[in-house]
Amino acid sequence: MTVSLSGLEIGKQLKERFPGAVVEANDQAVLVKSESLLDVARYLKDTTGLDFDYLAFLTAVDYYDYFELVYRLASLKHNHTMTLKTRCYGRENPVVPSVVKLWKGADFQERETFDLFGIKFEGHPNMKRIVLWDGFKGHPLRKDYLSDGN
Amino acid sequence: MAIKTEPFLLNIGPQHPSTHGVFRMRATMDGEVIVDMEPVFGYLHRGIEKLAEERTYNGFVSLTDRLDYLSSMSNNFAYCMAVEKLAGIKVTERCEYIRVIMAELQRIASHLIAVGAFLNDCGAFMTPIVYMIREREKILDLFEMVSGQRLTYNYMRVGGLSQDIPEEFLPALDKFLEQMPRWIDEYDQLLRQNEVLLARSRGVGILPKETAINISASGPVLRASGVKWDIRKVDPYSVYDRFEFDIPTGACGDCYDRYRVRVEEMRQSLRILGQARKQLPGGEFQTPVVQPVHLPVGEVYGHIESTRGELGFYIVSDNSIAPYRCHIRAPSFLNLTALRDMVVGWKIADAILIFGSIDIVMGEIDR
Repeated sequence: MTVSLSGLEIGKQLKERFPGAVVEANDQAVLVKSESLLDVARYLKDTTGLDFDYLAFLTAVDYYDYFELVYRLASLKHNHTMTLKTRCYGRENPVVPSVVKLWKGADFQERETFDLFGIKFEGHPNMKRIVLWDGFKGHPLRKDYLSDGN
Repeated sequence: MAIKTEPFLLNIGPQHPSTHGVFRMRATMDGEVIVDMEPVFGYLHRGIEKLAEERTYNGFVSLTDRLDYLSSMSNNFAYCMAVEKLAGIKVTERCEYIRVIMAELQRIASHLIAVGAFLNDCGAFMTPIVYMIREREKILDLFEMVSGQRLTYNYMRVGGLSQDIPEEFLPALDKFLEQMPRWIDEYDQLLRQNEVLLARSRGVGILPKETAINISASGPVLRASGVKWDIRKVDPYSVYDRFEFDIPTGACGDCYDRYRVRVEEMRQSLRILGQARKQLPGGEFQTPVVQPVHLPVGEVYGHIESTRGELGFYIVSDNSIAPYRCHIRAPSFLNLTALRDMVVGWKIADAILIFGSIDIVMGEIDR
């Protein structure tokens, strides 16, 4: 049975290791500042005992005031999992660091998130639309985009 | 004097018999060898995740059929399970068993097409796939009995099923379970040591274990690379912890391993089906609760081992009648990430085969 690691415990570990990085930690997830996302992700991936070697998925949710990025990490070695979150603000040019260097599985998913939410991933080698064409206006999964195209 | 060569661009697809749907590969070639490849897709994008936000929870079930249209039952299963997890609904025993039976029948049906299409790409044009379609038809007959449909079943509901299995289903299932092992043995005998298959697929398109994990591969693609990872075993859902079955894995992650893993998985599915058939309890097929209209505020991730890998639904609820956000973790989409690394350095004919061995369905890639 896959064990869902409590965000509280990991949050505590991260708070000690990266002071100021953790915004909130609850039972389900750990929310970190986007500036520290890469460091935290690298720590989660490379630390013995955590070994989050598998990115199950990444996606975004539009909450109007901010976009929330959700990373579900898993470790095939220990069969445990956790959810890491970060937020980015602003609707004109929201940016978060890319995790492609750590998990290559993020490649298409970050491009998809960019395509449908308009969130740029800094450091992604090929940041362009993936399912919609280049001239497409708007980002359909944003809440202010209506499905009739307006 | 050395011959001067120049790389050129070759466009394969989106309308091409070997791309299994509307998929395009922009390959940079050096003679016959691929030096770079960029997958291009999106031709089937319908915005299903956006549509989910405008439908009720049960109203979205029929759209999940249109994701991976070769395994609609698995899609129904994963979605309903995720919503039930959030709503705190426990479905009846009978429903769980029927769902497992459907999901495993679906796995066999889908793998038959995967293996048949793979052999098509190998050069065994049309003969094996026609035999495999013959067997798949038997499964579609079973699905037609329960749902009236042969491709998009729309059979499961949040909290149960749309209807119970009809009387004639179980005798037909028994007949299928009796015949199918012999059919698999028949193909396997013909193909396993077939020289053409071995020559074309052994050692071709190797996906090393570490890369497979790093690109988030799942399903037969991950297992063929030697990783024993199957959601049914590592995170048992529904009633899978009550069945005995093995997880077949490959040795090196080449095309042949992916083919072998799929054939073995069909045998394992038959084992599960036999046990599920024996244990199938009576009772209600639907929980006696009112249809969930407003789900509690929160978020949930429910995942199953679909035919192509880990299929998950990440649902965020704000207590309205529709999901606030519904993200679909599509196994084909992530398995496709591996394609570029796998084909670079191989000839164009091998690339077609490598692509076929990943077994993608465009419906869930573009969504």
